[in-house]
Amino acid sequence: MLTLYSLTIMTEQTGAIRQAGEGRAAETLPAAFAAWFATRGWSPRSHQLELLAKARAGKSVLLIAPTGAGKTMAGFLPSLIDLTEKPRRAGHLHTLYISPLKALAVDVKRNLETPIAEMGLDLRVETRTGDTPGNRRLRQRRDPPDILMTTPEQLALLLSYPDAASFFGSLDCVVLDELHALANSKRGDLLALGLARLSRLAPQMRRVGLSATVAEPDMLRRYLMPQLPGRESLSEIIIAPPGAVPQIRIMAASPSAEDPDTEARIPWSGHSARHALPAVYDAIGRNRMSLVFVNTRSQAEYVFQELWHLNEDNLPIALHHGSLAVESRRKVEAAMAAGTLRAVVCTSTLDLGIDWGEVDLVINMGAPKGASRLLQRIGRANHRLDEPSRALLVPANRFEVLECEAARTAALEGAQDGMIARDGALDVLAQHVLGLACSAPFEPDDLYTEVISAAPYSAMTRDTFDRVVNFVSTGGYALKTYDRFARLRPNRPLEGDRRLRAASPSVIQQYRMNVGTIVEAPMLKVRLIRRGKRPMGGGGGRYLGEIEEYFVDQLTPGDTFLFAGRMLAFEGLAETEALVSIGKTGDPMIPSYMGGKFPLSTHLAARVRHMLATPSDWGSLPTQVGEWLKMQQWRSRLPREGELLVETFPRADKFYLVCYPFEGRLAHQTLGMLLTRRLDRAGARPLGFVASDYALAIWCLRDVGLMAERGQLPMDELFAQDMLGDDLENWLAESSLLKRTFRDCAVISGLIERRFPGKEKTGRQVTFSSDLIYNVLREHEPDHILLRATYADATTGLLDIGRLGDMLKRIRGKIGLQRLDRVSPLAVPVLLDIGKESVNGEANEALLSEAADSLIEDATRLV
Amino acid sequence: MPHDLFETPGIEETAKPVATLRVNGAMVEALPEGALWWPAERMLIVADLHLEKGSSFAARGIALPPYDTRATLARLESLIARLAPDSLVALGDSFHDRLAGERLPEDDRAKIRALASRTDWIWMEGNHDPLPPEGLGGRAVSHLAIGPLRLRHEPQPAPAPGEIAGHLHPCAAVHIRGRRLRRRCFASDGQRLIMPAFGAYAGGLNVLDAAYDDLLPGLSFHAWMMGAKSVVPVAATRLSAD
Repeated sequence: MLTLYSLTIMTEQTGAIRQAGEGRAAETLPAAFAAWFATRGWSPRSHQLELLAKARAGKSVLLIAPTGAGKTMAGFLPSLIDLTEKPRRAGHLHTLYISPLKALAVDVKRNLETPIAEMGLDLRVETRTGDTPGNRRLRQRRDPPDILMTTPEQLALLLSYPDAASFFGSLDCVVLDELHALANSKRGDLLALGLARLSRLAPQMRRVGLSATVAEPDMLRRYLMPQLPGRESLSEIIIAPPGAVPQIRIMAASPSAEDPDTEARIPWSGHSARHALPAVYDAIGRNRMSLVFVNTRSQAEYVFQELWHLNEDNLPIALHHGSLAVESRRKVEAAMAAGTLRAVVCTSTLDLGIDWGEVDLVINMGAPKGASRLLQRIGRANHRLDEPSRALLVPANRFEVLECEAARTAALEGAQDGMIARDGALDVLAQHVLGLACSAPFEPDDLYTEVISAAPYSAMTRDTFDRVVNFVSTGGYALKTYDRFARLRPNRPLEGDRRLRAASPSVIQQYRMNVGTIVEAPMLKVRLIRRGKRPMGGGGGRYLGEIEEYFVDQLTPGDTFLFAGRMLAFEGLAETEALVSIGKTGDPMIPSYMGGKFPLSTHLAARVRHMLATPSDWGSLPTQVGEWLKMQQWRSRLPREGELLVETFPRADKFYLVCYPFEGRLAHQTLGMLLTRRLDRAGARPLGFVASDYALAIWCLRDVGLMAERGQLPMDELFAQDMLGDDLENWLAESSLLKRTFRDCAVISGLIERRFPGKEKTGRQVTFSSDLIYNVLREHEPDHILLRATYADATTGLLDIGRLGDMLKRIRGKIGLQRLDRVSPLAVPVLLDIGKESVNGEANEALLSEAADSLIEDATRLV
Repeated sequence: MPHDLFETPGIEETAKPVATLRVNGAMVEALPEGALWWPAERMLIVADLHLEKGSSFAARGIALPPYDTRATLARLESLIARLAPDSLVALGDSFHDRLAGERLPEDDRAKIRALASRTDWIWMEGNHDPLPPEGLGGRAVSHLAIGPLRLRHEPQPAPAPGEIAGHLHPCAAVHIRGRRLRRRCFASDGQRLIMPAFGAYAGGLNVLDAAYDDLLPGLSFHAWMMGAKSVVPVAATRLSAD
């Protein structure tokens, strides 16, 4: 963290090039600091000094800097200096640091303690996370440290205490770390609201945002500043020079002697990248320490298991993902830091923040799905600015080769994915309003002004705000039957004080138990027992980690699956634990790959479409992939720039329609649901569909190509934007995706309670009852504020409606229909997906009938 | 992920909207709405309405939508309109708690009175509601015996031929093609029958739970699972636990 260099930099604002050398440092830094830098043999970087100058002028700043550029030090330097220059006010919080990860907060504190100790500064730095013991938290509130390191959730909790005003009143500075990872999310909304409250309690407060490179820095600059109606306010910005351009290789893409597996067949579809694992193992062998990133937990298990089979040299390879027991994760992290591992197979849990060791190669299994994610991951290798990070991309199928190539060129250009602008979530606002009511009575007029000063909420109307407040108080229903159960009460109505406050201590307790915006998928503990020996009562057996409840739901005793790097056999459930024994070797019976978690980013999608439309660019692709595309040109054609290619062809006794929007799996699934409704109305008799990140295939009983040719099914009408109107409405009424989104909103907004250890209501019960609530609410009050929040979530989240709408607009009048007599090369991958994954979502009714069908004899005998 | 949109032809015919079953010799029909119709007596039976469950949560600070009572009554009303029963039996736990009557909104109260005046309305006592709120019409009983059937709220552990009871809110789960479906159900071994809860917010207890062990011993019963438009019988051996 404190490896500092002297650098020549260009600032965006002045465009001036200037040398930040020792002389300047001596001028700017107080003697003690300059001396400390000197004893270390360092000089401060110019962005650090620039930030210091702006801090002295009282300015709020967004600092954009690559990993390893001393970003965190830059954020804290002005506070450290200020705390030594001004007389210290004991018991006053000076600087608040907020990180998205509690582990990062702890790590940054440790790193900050070194200069403080070496300079002999009289400062107290403390962390406050969910792990901080109760007595220390109480003491912190009575006697705050100078610098406090915490998370957005802990800030929300601190703001809900009656002493929030005095605790934060003297605050000089707030530092928001990894702001790019926080801002555009529900946690970011919670933090923005907390920031707005801090501004009210401490108007003098300076804000510092620390961020990796982003496509639209203005979004973050705006986020940092209080917004006034009708006037956009931006923070200052400092951009540190980028690090060395990374070296990125795509496996099987660059034929060379050092890559013996170039000739391996690149699969048409699938996500396992099994074909490439021997080469991945070789790469691990040739490097000191590799991080092997995968997109899902189950993929991590699979890759780890396969590498283990190949591991003839007994290399120390470890596994790290969010479902493993904390102790085993800590063990792996310690081994990484100690440099005793050669590779760690990990999920996005290691995307951010902490340095665990000297990583010299990042391997990304499958496609990275976004340019920014790839850059973030590549940054995990080699935390020294002047040396290039090295990365190896391992596409699992032919489309992924294209995507990897697009991601590689984007990364070399330093191009980032754009952030999709979204409004602040209303469920998060509801939680915040209740939190503030727990702290002190509020005047709705004032609170409205405060809330719309938070950038994500700046466009919110007063009516919406009032509805949220009503929701917090009584549920906000048109049927006003709950007034006497209101959670918010006028403070002293008899004395004319009608400000609102929490109605009772139990309301306050309820808030404290539910704070936060992360709703975990219901999880079950996995406990290892001896085969066939169910322990009597609870307890017993080693705890391996946690696994999603929906996954366990699919298992029957005896089924085998991969978890925590082993083959396990499911033994059964005992209360909230899944009991397992060591399974036999061989293939797991239950394939657990769920597809990529993240859909392909808009930015990468555009690059892939461009690549397809530009055959002159294919030179960099592996021969097999180039030939595949040429064959497509010959048999059908490739989508032209800006065009949506639609192919139709017969196969077996069905007729297929395949289109290639490249808009990501979520948007394609939504499109699939909507198109099949239209095809059904048009009489095409659709039977089903399958969606990938790249394409959508629908199969019908009637020849859709012929119908189109005869003018019975004009493609422009089929893909017309108005499908996002009534068709969408009708589908949403039944969509299980929307019910899941509703459940999350209901938990965050405080309508239903979160789960707690010890107070177990299993997730299954929560899901069940929130579905019932959803059904009733949708039927009786369809414009309720919580349904609005749900819909807004789904639009940007699981249904990706915003993106689908953009696509439909883009392709209007530009649909190229190609009628074929058989399947095209480009269509093969998506067709191969049919039948590989289990039936999802909307077909439950049909399935239920099927359950009966196989038993109908049995059943009728009963009658 | 593949999405199968429509039922394959042939399956449709097997899933009749109404499932007819025999309990202790009496022919009864399990309706997809979750009610039981006894054609011989023109009797409609529903269990565990749990009216005002929403407001009972609201009183504890969880403001669930206050529409569960009207949603439940609306379904009941459409059944009554369709079947014109001579009598209706609410098998107990009709109200979520003893104070539910006080919280009952006036228009829902009026709705119940109107419905109760159209048929012989029988409130059976439950554990949540020993007596129904006053002024709603109907009559209150602790149990009923009509022909081969015995109607009561809570099923009795001893062999009870012809018993129709509620109380347990049975539901069942089944695995099919990688999916797990969990639905409210009627549970019957041909001797006795346990009714699903009818209330809009009523949760469910899996029929493989130990609470059913003495009532439906072994796995020689069927769960008549409620689909959107049909009731589907599934053998207990095919079901999965929670």
